[in-house]
Formats: sequence, structure tokens, C-alpha cells
Amino acid sequence: MPAVGTNVIRKEGAEKLCGRAKFIDDLSFPDCLHGVTLRSTIPFGRIKKVSFDPSFPWDECTVATARDIPGKNAVQHIETDQPLLVGERVMHPMEPILLVAHPSRQKAYEALRHITVDYEEYDPVLTPEDSVALKAVLRAPDNLFKDVRIDKGDIAAGFAAADIVVEGEYRVPHQEQAYIEPNGMAAWLEPDGTLVAKGSMQCPYYVHKALMLLFNLPAEKVRVIQAVTGGAFGGKEDYPSVIGGHAALLAWKSRRPVKIIYDRPEDMASTSKRHPAVVRHRTGLTRDGRLLAQDIDVLFDGGAYSTMSPVVLSRGAIHASGAYACPNVRIRARAAATNSVPNGAYRGFGVPQTLFAAELHMDRIAEALRMDPAELRRRNLLREGSSTATGQVLRHSVGAADALDACLRRSRYAQKRKACAAWNKRSRNPTWRGTGLSFAYHGAGFTGGGEVFYASKAGLALDADGGVRVLAASTEMGQGEATVFAQIAADALGVPYGWVETETPDTSKVPNSGPTVASRTTMIVGRLVERAARQLKAELEEAAGKVPKSRPAWLKAVRRFLDGRPSREVICQYERPPGQQWDEKTYRGDAYGSFAYAAVVVDLEVDKLTYEVKVTRVTTAFELGRAIHPLFAEGQIIGGLTQGLGYALTENPVYKRGVMVNPHFTDYVIPTSMDAPPMDVVLLEKPYEHGAFGAKGIGELPNDTPAPAVAAALRQATGRWFTELPILPEKICKALHDDKL
Amino acid sequence: MTINFEVNGARRIFEGDPFKRLIDVLREDFALTGTKEGCGEGECGACTVLLDGRPVNSCLIPICQADGHRIETVENLGIPERLSALQKAFLEEGGAQCGICTPGMLLAAAAHLKAGGKADDLSIRRALGGNLCRCTGYQHIVKAVQKAAKAPRKPRRKKA
Repeated sequence: MPAVGTNVIRKEGAEKLCGRAKFIDDLSFPDCLHGVTLRSTIPFGRIKKVSFDPSFPWDECTVATARDIPGKNAVQHIETDQPLLVGERVMHPMEPILLVAHPSRQKAYEALRHITVDYEEYDPVLTPEDSVALKAVLRAPDNLFKDVRIDKGDIAAGFAAADIVVEGEYRVPHQEQAYIEPNGMAAWLEPDGTLVAKGSMQCPYYVHKALMLLFNLPAEKVRVIQAVTGGAFGGKEDYPSVIGGHAALLAWKSRRPVKIIYDRPEDMASTSKRHPAVVRHRTGLTRDGRLLAQDIDVLFDGGAYSTMSPVVLSRGAIHASGAYACPNVRIRARAAATNSVPNGAYRGFGVPQTLFAAELHMDRIAEALRMDPAELRRRNLLREGSSTATGQVLRHSVGAADALDACLRRSRYAQKRKACAAWNKRSRNPTWRGTGLSFAYHGAGFTGGGEVFYASKAGLALDADGGVRVLAASTEMGQGEATVFAQIAADALGVPYGWVETETPDTSKVPNSGPTVASRTTMIVGRLVERAARQLKAELEEAAGKVPKSRPAWLKAVRRFLDGRPSREVICQYERPPGQQWDEKTYRGDAYGSFAYAAVVVDLEVDKLTYEVKVTRVTTAFELGRAIHPLFAEGQIIGGLTQGLGYALTENPVYKRGVMVNPHFTDYVIPTSMDAPPMDVVLLEKPYEHGAFGAKGIGELPNDTPAPAVAAALRQATGRWFTELPILPEKICKALHDDKL
Repeated sequence: MTINFEVNGARRIFEGDPFKRLIDVLREDFALTGTKEGCGEGECGACTVLLDGRPVNSCLIPICQADGHRIETVENLGIPERLSALQKAFLEEGGAQCGICTPGMLLAAAAHLKAGGKADDLSIRRALGGNLCRCTGYQHIVKAVQKAAKAPRKPRRKKA
């Protein structure tokens, strides 16, 4: 029976359900020390002096500073601008200055209170606007981590031909990933000198590369192992290289295992988040709603160091025009340095910011044209043969129109809009109601030439005991990687799902299949697993005839095939599909192998007394190529939409002097079971020929859609445009009362 | 100070700081690491255990308050070879993704069902309102609890 397309049981599910799955803080190590971090309390300045209280028993502690780093004091992300520990210059609040380890976690924290830091403070740059105005130079010459320009057609001619021009400005804040397991990492030295780090992470080979640079070690002397990871959502893409470096440095100095586990406030205040952004649109159209020109300006607050900002910005910029075909497009996108905690990866990776602007702007255009928002979208939607802002011509698996129509039908969008309008006319009703639509697309896999550059490898091993193990560095973090890879391998090899296991990512055992990011795991890495399994099948068939169906016959065939070898590994490497091209200099070409498409309709009501917003239903249709595991796909979609609703309505990170001042679940409010509405998910399949069994990546797409649909629904409910997130009750109250003054 | 209490049906004695948090006693002194810490301030519910059958945040309970009481943790619900109906429903309905909120979520749900709580959507959502999950959006969890509510209360023993 094929496994692909069915809801097989989660591989690691029973362990998780019985409390047996070992997250990093569940593991104990002999003679382990607990590491803690002394952090800067100012946004910008210079350390003059660090003093240690002589009455504290420092001989019980290991203290590590930048001077103890044997290699380069730099965290390897895309660049190496971020130091592991402050040398002298402080660039943001919560910046790590030194590390303390002690056998007791409590004592380690106590030690921090006996250290005093004297600073010379500089005037900080706290907004991206101040940064691009060069209020101070944080990063020569222009304070920019990246400056993207996308040009298509002739923008001036487009505006000249337009009957109508609509302008708008949109603002979005930080967003915290809010995985329930905080960041944590352990490190130790093996007797042979190998440096080992184990912990909660998305990208073992990122940490591996970072440790090589920090400790000046060759690849084979560094080993990185993923522990069971309690949610990540991008928040464990770049940061584990920092905390992993810290744990490793303390282990290196103390010669003992060291564990660093952040508590919630430290995790929220000091790790990277979604970039805040300001997006401006100027759009020219014909009277009947055809897009003629889109002029878009995007400005991201990158924080103090580059982390992932260049690629987050790049993805945000490419998606900034929305899922529409427009002949003339100009996009300028910049990510600027500020003296705030660095921002980085969060599920959606730049797109929730720019799509909020693009989609809400479509609603404002529809209103200016007196046109139905769904009809305006339908007229401009990407179709087979359309070309995107980068000039990518979409040839296959373009399910945009299908997704829009399916969602409109399923949600009864048109009837609901009418019903809401009727409800809102009755002044005695206790609420206002609204229904809003948005549409999104999300490119799967790395942007542009990223997949070619990384040339990922993955495959599988067939062992003498008849076991099949998928070998990849892609991590299971709840999304279902271990299960989905086993499904793909089982079907491609022609064996039952139960015969295949997915190896835990460990750089000493698995090839580098690249980071677990960018909605690339199922589509790109899954495809490598599929190819390797087909190759292994061919080898098996050559040696032993047909792949046997019964276990005894299988074991016999495996023995004959292996012929005394302990196992056979087949590893495949990424190959660019024919015809795909990308020019990084001009931002022209095929930005992604393929896009997945989604429409969402949000129904909500606003309490007339408290201005609280209750989302009553979300309906969505996703065109995802092929659902390898429909239940998991639905789980990804519902989970992502819920994060998107939080972004729209409740998640309000308050920043003062470059740092989040509400780093708790008490005052940073993520949706609870009472806030999350019932959701109706429609899956549509238009297989993508270069994805595993036709699959396209959809991990991030659900985060892109809810916020603009919420704002559109609130427009209908309240008659006001809310162009800045989050849309809190007090903001609605103010908008309604300002008019009356 | 000596604390006498019951953990998963076994009598336990704890000697030490009476203000040590229940979660730390369970994890550090009794190696019951199924109970997770997500926030340490009673907001996320990942550390939920049952105290005399009622769900509590074990990060907010000093061990002295457990003296003479009965504690149940996720380890008491079932083992991979013999899952409870609730665990099985979570597995089949996609109620667990990353797994960090799962032990607390299961215990909150188990308490709701055991107390005869209703199986409608709103009642279950209310019962789980103190347990944050960032992966699932809750819908599959609610479905799983509904499914378990319909299942026979105790798994049938297989006849030899």
C-alpha cells in the first residue's frame, strides 16, 4: 500500500506522547556545568571596565570572555559581522559580553549579579529611518545589510497609461516565534578532542560551520547533533550558532560538559525575531482594474548585525508585488542596521511583511475602483504563462485561480459579505461583522541561486538487518520531516512505511542536506530522498530481482545484495532543473523552482463596547502540488494561520531603546485555544514535476495570508483602514473616536 | 524539610528546600522529565501535572504544597506499546507536532474528560485554555480530545 498521500502515524509520535522524547533540557551529562550569559544593558557604546565582586567565590566558576575564543570571534551566518562575545564595542542591548558556568544553575545566575560593567554610551540609532538617514554610521558606508532593486518593464510608461493611481503606506512590527521550548544547547569535548554540540536547532550544519570558525577546528573535529526540538519557526535557524558557540566555549575552557538553557524572558528579549517593516505602494491601473504599474518601497529594521537579513529581505522583496501579473514593476527594498537586537528568520521570511502591504493595498484599490476585491484579484492573478516581478515565466503547477475560486466557494464569501453588511446596518446589534479576503503565493526552496550554491545532499542507507534509514540533516521540529521522508523513501523503494526510519540529524552520520528552512524540506530534500530510493531500488532489483513484499524474502534479498557489506548508502545531490536560471546581480529570472498558492477568507466580529475582535471562522484553499501527508499539511496550515492571526491582532512586542520590554507570555499574547477559530482547509493538488512526488513547499505560506484578510474584514466591520499591525482593541477604539472629535 | 507525597501511584519522600518548585523536584530528583518548562511563570501550561486529579502549573507550586497530595505526570498516562485512548487519539488526529506542549496538554485534557467534562468544541477549548501550543492552532488537539471522549474509558485488555 502506498504511504504517500495517506495519514500514516507520526514516527516519533508515541515517544512524544509518553513524555519520553528527550529535549535538550531533559538530558543530563556527567559533571555538567550550567552556563549563563552576561548581557549588555545599553544599546550602543563601549565597555570601559568589567569588575568582579571580590567577595564572590569565583574559583567555583568558569568565566569565559572574547579573549578565550581560540579561533575568530565571529558567528558564521551569511556574514561574520556578529561577534560571539563583545570585544569592546556594544552594538545592541542584550548583547553577550561574557559567560559564566557553575555546577548549580542558580549559583551561575547569582554570579552574574556580582559583575559590574562600566560603559561609555553613544547616541543610538533606533529606527531604520534614522539609520538610512545616517544619524550614525553603524555599518559603513550606508548602514544597509542589503539593497535590492527589481525592475520590470517601463514603470513611467505604466503610470502614464494608468486611469487611476492609488498610494498607501503600511507598517508591521516585530514578531516573536514563541516556540514553547526555549533555545538550549549542550557542548562537550570528546577524549579525542572532538568538540560536540547537541541541542534544539533547525540547521545542524550551520552550527557545525560556526564552531569550526570559532575554534579553528577542521570539519571532522566538530560534531553537531540535534536533540528533539520543541518548535522553531525560524527562531532556531541562526540563533543556535550563537548559543552553541557559547556552550562550546565554556566547555572548551572548563573541560567539562556545559549546558545553556534560556529562560523565557532571556529567550524572548535576546534572540532574533521577524523584521519590522515599512512598505509603501504606488499603483497604476486601468479603469477596469488591470494592473499597469507597481512602484514599491520596502524598508526593514535589521537590528545590529546581519544574521539572515540579506536573504529575508530578498524574499520579502521578490514577493512584494503580490501574486499578480503586472507588466511594469519597480521594487526597492533595503534592510538597515539599528542598535537593536538583531532580527532574523521567522516562518514566512520577509513575506508576511510585504504581503500584508500588497494585499491590503489591493483592497484599497478595489474600493477606489468600486470593484469587488475578489474580482480585482481574479483579473490580475498569476496564471500559466504569466511573468512575475523578476520576469519568471510560470509554466507548470500554477494553481492560483483554482485556490481563489475554491476558497470563495467554500467560504461563501459573496453571501457573507452581504450578510455582514446587512448585520452592520442594524444599530442595535452588539457587534460589527466583517469578512475579508487575501491571496498569497510563496516560493519554495532557497531564493534564486541558493539551491545551486548549497548543492545539498541526502539519501538513504540499507543495513544488513534489513533496515532502511533516511540520511539527511533536515530536522524534525514538529512539521513532520521524519515521517514524510520515510513515506517518500518507502514508496520510491517499494517497501512498507514501517520498514523505513529517518536518522536523527548528526553531522557525523548524515550528509549536509542544507538547513531546515525556506519550505524546502519536502520539496527539495524530499526529492533527493526520492531519487536515492529509486536508485537503491534499481540496484536491488539488479542484484536480487523484484523488491520482495514479505519480510523474510526482503531480508534474504538484502543479504544477497549487500554480499557481506554492513550497509549500502546511496546519496544524491541537488541538480538544478533544466531551464531554471537566476541572475543575482539584476534580480532577473527564476527566483524559485515553484510557488504554492493560497487564498484565505476571515470572518470576524468586533464588540461595540470593548472593541475586542473575535475571529469566528477562517476558510482557506491551498494549492500545494501534492500533499504527501494530508493531515500534517493541514496541521501546518492551521498552525501557521493561527500564528498569522496573532501577528494581526494580539502579538505586540514593545521595544524600548532597542530591546523588547515585554518578553513574557503574560504580556506578549499568542493565540490560545479560545482565540483560535475553527478553520476549514481545502487542499488542491497540481503536481510540481521537480518536487518529491509532485509536492511543493507550504511550511511558510500559511503565515503570509491572515493579517491582510483580518484588516480587510475590519474595514467592512468598522469602516476604517488599519494599515499598521497589530490591530489591538485600543487602536480600533482610537480610530473610531478620532473621527468624532 | 521532609515532604511525603505520591507520584504516579508510588509513595515518594523529598528532603530539601521546601520552596523548590514541584517541576524541579519531578525532573531533577525523580528523573520525570516528561514534565516540560516553557515559561516558568504559569502562562504556558507546558509543566501541567495533576494534583489530586486537578491540573496545576508545576512551575508555580513549591514542593511543600505537595505534602500529603497525589501527583500524576505524563509518564503515568501510557507507554508507547500501550497508549491510552487519549494518547492514541492525539497520534491519529495530529494533536502532537513538536511535542513540547503535549504532556501538559494531555494532562489538562485527561482531567477534563475524567471530571465528566463535555465533549463539545467550546468546552474542550475552555479546558485547554491555559495550555499554549504554537504548532497546531489547536484544532487537531480539540478533535483528538473529542475522539477520546467517545472511546471506551479504559483500553480493553487483550485476552490471552
